[in-house]
Amino acid sequence: MAIYEGRTGDWGIVVGLEVHAQITSASKLFSGSSAAFGAEANTQVSMVDSAMPGMLPVCNAYCIEQALRTGLALGAQINLRSVFARKNYFYADLPQGYQISQYDQPIVGEGAIEVDLPDGSTKTIRIERLHVEQDAGKSLHDQHPTKTYIDLNRSGVALMEIVSKPDIRSPEEAAAYVKKLRTILRYVGTCDGNMEEGSMRCDINVSVRRPDAEFGTRCEIKNVNSVRHVFQVIEFEARRQIALIEDGGEVVQETRLWDTKKGETRAMRSKENAHDYRYFPDPDLPPLMLSEGFVENIRKSLPELPDAKKQRFMADYGLSAYDATILISEQARADFYEELAKGRDFKLCANWFITELLGALNKSGKDIGDSPISADQLGDLVDLMSNDTISGRIAKDVFALMLETGKTAGVIVEEKGLRQVTDTGALEAVIDEVMAQQADKVAEYRSGKDKLFGFFVGQVMKASGGKANPGMLNDLLKKKLAP
Amino acid sequence: MSDLCKMTVSEALEGLSKKDFSAVELTKAHVSACENARELGAFITESFDLALQQAVASDARRASGNALPLDGIPVAIKDMFCTKGVRTTAGSRMLENFVPQYESTVSANMFANGVVMLGKANQDEFAMGSTNLTSAFGPAINPWKRADGKPLVPGGSSGGSAAAVAANIAMAATGTDTGGSIRQPAAYCGITGIKPTYGRCSRWGIIAFASSLDQAGIFTRNTLDAALMLKSMAGFDPKDSTSANLAVPDFAAATKRGVKGLRIGIPKEYRVSGMDGDVLSMWEKGAELLKAQGAEIVEVSLPYTEAALATYYIIAPAECSSNLARYDGVRYGLRVAEAGDDLDDLYEKSRGAGFGEEVRRRILVGTYVLSAGYYDAYYLKAQKVRALIARDFSRAFEKCDVLLAPTAPTPAFALDESPDDPVTMYLNDVFTIPASLAGLPGMSVPAGLSASGLPLGLQVIGKPFDEETVFAASAALELAAGFPGRK
Repeated sequence: MAIYEGRTGDWGIVVGLEVHAQITSASKLFSGSSAAFGAEANTQVSMVDSAMPGMLPVCNAYCIEQALRTGLALGAQINLRSVFARKNYFYADLPQGYQISQYDQPIVGEGAIEVDLPDGSTKTIRIERLHVEQDAGKSLHDQHPTKTYIDLNRSGVALMEIVSKPDIRSPEEAAAYVKKLRTILRYVGTCDGNMEEGSMRCDINVSVRRPDAEFGTRCEIKNVNSVRHVFQVIEFEARRQIALIEDGGEVVQETRLWDTKKGETRAMRSKENAHDYRYFPDPDLPPLMLSEGFVENIRKSLPELPDAKKQRFMADYGLSAYDATILISEQARADFYEELAKGRDFKLCANWFITELLGALNKSGKDIGDSPISADQLGDLVDLMSNDTISGRIAKDVFALMLETGKTAGVIVEEKGLRQVTDTGALEAVIDEVMAQQADKVAEYRSGKDKLFGFFVGQVMKASGGKANPGMLNDLLKKKLAP
Repeated sequence: MSDLCKMTVSEALEGLSKKDFSAVELTKAHVSACENARELGAFITESFDLALQQAVASDARRASGNALPLDGIPVAIKDMFCTKGVRTTAGSRMLENFVPQYESTVSANMFANGVVMLGKANQDEFAMGSTNLTSAFGPAINPWKRADGKPLVPGGSSGGSAAAVAANIAMAATGTDTGGSIRQPAAYCGITGIKPTYGRCSRWGIIAFASSLDQAGIFTRNTLDAALMLKSMAGFDPKDSTSANLAVPDFAAATKRGVKGLRIGIPKEYRVSGMDGDVLSMWEKGAELLKAQGAEIVEVSLPYTEAALATYYIIAPAECSSNLARYDGVRYGLRVAEAGDDLDDLYEKSRGAGFGEEVRRRILVGTYVLSAGYYDAYYLKAQKVRALIARDFSRAFEKCDVLLAPTAPTPAFALDESPDDPVTMYLNDVFTIPASLAGLPGMSVPAGLSASGLPLGLQVIGKPFDEETVFAASAALELAAGFPGRK
């Protein structure tokens, strides 16, 4: 829980999120048009999407399956009977004059997810509901000085709206919730979670209160489209509301917009705000009825979910919660790790994967899907360490060369002659040489200055070009230095 | 008028098959009849060139031995059905220049059976009305005449369709029925009209008025023709989620069944005050005629009948207020805007100019009953009453096989006698609306003439998807009534 210090004392915040996630599907929710992103304006618009007279919606069964899959992944109640309702309002990019959504009878009811907080702890955030709805088109206000252009490619694209309970108490929790939700959706393949393309956006409800007091009046901030902005919006809105109240004002329940340029929220014009949506059941669509068997089949088809995978990684691979959380955050990461760890040292693999590979990818803004090094290739490098062909230090250089050149670890080690020196004779020769050069230090050591041992290790390693086997070096050096 | 125009569909099919005349001759006769009857205002858009092309193609099929079931039959299509490449207005200024790029499922089914389209029939605007007076393209006129010679309304909303079939300028015409828009004009014009069970015909491509009530049907000059035509229109359509996945029965065979042993229910609540005396006696006579053919007459009760009108006038406007939101001047249809106007100006001006008074009234009523704070009191309550009305019918059908009732409380009236008060106007639908709310099939059959010499219709209402029994009873009534037809 975050505490906000105000002029008059401490404040806490209460946050609930409505996440709109585009359902991964080739076609739209009620028409056969393509739902692909990035096509030329108005090229993916059917007669249904443009609301021509007499056109009727037909529900895309795959989108419903996807919503169900998501509901099951959220551990939520599945409603075998749900109802599509019309949400009526006029806007130029809403061809029908209503959005087909679900209102009082959604397909998915209450559920919960565990979110992973930066301090390594977890928190349960409850889900209120998930419903399916169609997206509107897009208004383009910047194409002409006096006109607005309309692109209907998005009109009718299937969305899931996932509504949390007001369980979130800090911006960190909100960010962790969005990240975890995205992870789950990506695991089950129901949303690509791509916030830049608008595949996921959220409406954020924020209110402030004295610690543990009743909930205050909330404001809803619409259309926030990145985890960073989620964080910023809540911070700003909390401070705005606290300042307002402390100055003797009152928070008015209203819808606000996030101005990304100014970094502040502002109230929508009252006209934009005054919608009475006149929801009623859509008479073109009979209630959506699902059978138990259908739901069970989908439940059985679910992949291992992130939380289960995390527990398994901790139990089977002996990993820390922190490492496990990183590894399971993307299905592709988890798969990569499991392939890498097969028959190898689990912890060594986790370290190399997280610190070196993910670290390097992260620097260039990439993730595991873009990795130039495969699990097998990284595994070869780990093997070279495990069988003492190279040391961990040399391995870092090899890894850098692998990234740079695309060559395999084995090739690099051979080409550069990086094979570890494990020949006792050769190593003894190097040690003798170093001891000869540092005769006075040898004397000091022998007279009881044990701390100098590390100095000798360094010198010998340096003299070997880093190729000395560290274990052998230690053993031999100890014997040689012994008085 | 050519005798070719006075035939029934089944007679014409026989003549075509025996090569007594060609489809082109039949179509030309009807085109000429249409041209000579333009004062009736039966069509909004004529499609005579298309009709002749279709007739030529029809003759070619017949010549090669590939004649389709209704090959060469010239019909009118109500202007609610979107017809590819042929202007479709729904009787509204809003769609005055709208040419669909697609064909409604029902009209496509009919074309696949060989029919020829003479044109798009006049109607009340967006099918809202009972007189055809709300059409933006002028009224349609009932071909029947009263002694005083005043022009009479054909009923509505499918007034142009009914007028065309009654005037022998089309052999059949499609209609849509939301609260009586096929049955009432059929009664006013002395012809046969059936609204099948909700879900029997696809609504895809039919301009929506009230989606949970709208259903396509047909006007003909007898029950057998209606059976033949409906067979060609009906059937499951995956593009309409409310369409029933059921096989289409042989309606024509059902017209030959007779009524022996059939239980005919007489709903006592339909004896409403203010009912025309001629209508009441016609109803009683109809029951007698069926009894004489071996049917059993049973009195049944539909206790919620009284609430039906109010229920309908909440649900239908609610759905229409949402269905008509798409006519916003943005993508197609009428756009009225001046430089400097914002989006709200565009909406207000386009919709204000595009919609007539009755449509505006219903949009306002519908918007009101769905509004926050009123939804429970109006829309939700109306849905509950609707379920009770449907339950009334299912209980009544435990005691009888079909119901017999008047179609409308009065015969057709003159254009200038149309009530100014919309609520009085809505009373016209009092006998047709309950079956609409319950989604039941209903058929109006001309059963006799009023004292003023105007046709009166009786309505046969059946169980869901039991149009066959409706056809059986209607055909028996038709036979026994021996309706004289128009002089």
